[in-house]
Amino acid sequence: MSEFVYLYRGGQTNRSPEAMQQTMQKWMAWFKDLGDKGHIKNMGQPLDRAGKVVRGKQKTVTDGPFAEAKDVVGGYSLIEARDLDQAVELSKGCPIFEVEGAVEVRPVMKM
Amino acid sequence: MGSSEHLGDQLGDHLFRRESGRIVATLTRIFGVHNLALAEDVVQDAFCRALEVWKFRGVPENPSAWLMVTAKNRALDVLRRERTARTFAPELGRFLESEWTLSPAVEENFAPHAIKDDQLRMMFSCCHPRLPEEAQVALMLHILCGFTVDEVAAAFVSSHAAMEKRITRAKKVLASSQKLFDIADSLDFAARLPAVHRALYLLFNEGYHGASAQSAVRAELCIEAMRLAALLREHPLAATPATFALSALMSLHAARLPARLDSSGELRTLGDQDRSLWDAHLVEEGQKLLDLSASGLELTEYHLEAAIAWAHAVAPRAEDTNWKTIVSLYDKLMAIRPSPVVALNRAIAIAQRNGPERGLEEIRAIANSDRLFSYPFYHAALGEFELRAGRADAAREHFRAALALARSPMERTFLSHRLAACTPTAATAAPAHATKA
Repeated sequence: MSEFVYLYRGGQTNRSPEAMQQTMQKWMAWFKDLGDKGHIKNMGQPLDRAGKVVRGKQKTVTDGPFAEAKDVVGGYSLIEARDLDQAVELSKGCPIFEVEGAVEVRPVMKM
Repeated sequence: MGSSEHLGDQLGDHLFRRESGRIVATLTRIFGVHNLALAEDVVQDAFCRALEVWKFRGVPENPSAWLMVTAKNRALDVLRRERTARTFAPELGRFLESEWTLSPAVEENFAPHAIKDDQLRMMFSCCHPRLPEEAQVALMLHILCGFTVDEVAAAFVSSHAAMEKRITRAKKVLASSQKLFDIADSLDFAARLPAVHRALYLLFNEGYHGASAQSAVRAELCIEAMRLAALLREHPLAATPATFALSALMSLHAARLPARLDSSGELRTLGDQDRSLWDAHLVEEGQKLLDLSASGLELTEYHLEAAIAWAHAVAPRAEDTNWKTIVSLYDKLMAIRPSPVVALNRAIAIAQRNGPERGLEEIRAIANSDRLFSYPFYHAALGEFELRAGRADAAREHFRAALALARSPMERTFLSHRLAACTPTAATAAPAHATKA
């Protein structure tokens, strides 16, 4: 088994309370399914969409957003899968695709 | 890890939507009615946070409290950040100036009893006399029940554009009203209460009789109307006989909802329903509320409609219905709130008591009956009476007219079956169908 990080990017935020509740229920069902199949190493954390960016030799501090809203990372999870193909396949169940978001699947480098 | 199995128990149906209505009402109280849009933004933000955090960490023990606290903290941020740029609720103005008083003032406004009052205040504010009734209902559903414009449009079978226009205009009227309705002023309160009753009645009716094809959507409207009516009953100034009567009428009608559609999703008339499916608990509650409504001298249309619903509820079988009582209740209803629809229902009751010919006479005698011409069940009633009087050809004409006016697939199916019943072949087909079972 290898480890992968899912970075959850973007996804609409201006939706109705009813739609948000449904989305959340889908996320929890998806996480549960991945967990039951032993693919979750660490569920990870949500990340606030606001923050600071420190950059360059001058260590210039700027406010977020750091990228376009559709690219902002909203959270991450640590996944276990056979290989990149399986990790990609598993990510396809993520409800973020229903709200125009994306999952970035990145292998954790082994020593 | 959050388990999804008991999600229903943890969250309840429509928790987000319902909480959104509560929190918007409270924030609008703090920010001032002119900042309604800001209140909506803050709530949206709180829900986004809930979505992000809960999906990773599971639903907290008390999700409502979590949402309230999150919204409160966001509200404090906004108040601190914008107190020089904006004016907030005038009655809170001085508390917002100093850090010493800001937090306690906001805290106090988030206390449970304050939140209840906020919903009431918003309910009364939505029934602004400058707004037409349908706009008042749409606004309530949007602000207090957390329905989006699309969801309100779907519930009322209206286009998104038309509903957006209606709600935007209504919000403008609300925002320009300077301040929210003052529920402490008992004279104003009593004067506005009938409009609130009327809006809740319309909301319930839209759910019960409305044109939306989805019965789930319509049941939600009934539930929301009942929830808001329950809030009225909890307030001493609002717990009037008319409020109890309105609540009774809602409970007694809602009790029949499980039997209105049969297993194949087809509409069942009152006489045709499986009465064992009626919700006994709601009937009982309706009876209690009806008893409570009888405390004063006031007799409203809600009293009479609830009494009619009660007369149906206590009949074990359709043929046990006391039509004499029902006709006399309709007579009284015509005396205090005459309308073509009430007259039509009265004619139907008379036909049940005295036969179809009398029913037809009554229908012909309805004043302003032209207002009923676009109502499918006007033509259906004519068809029903003609059919019972043995004039199938005339009945067929009426059912065709009714069918052409059907507002949903459900009504269409129902009316086409009634049309088919006018033709003898359909009647002879019935036994063949019965052998299948």
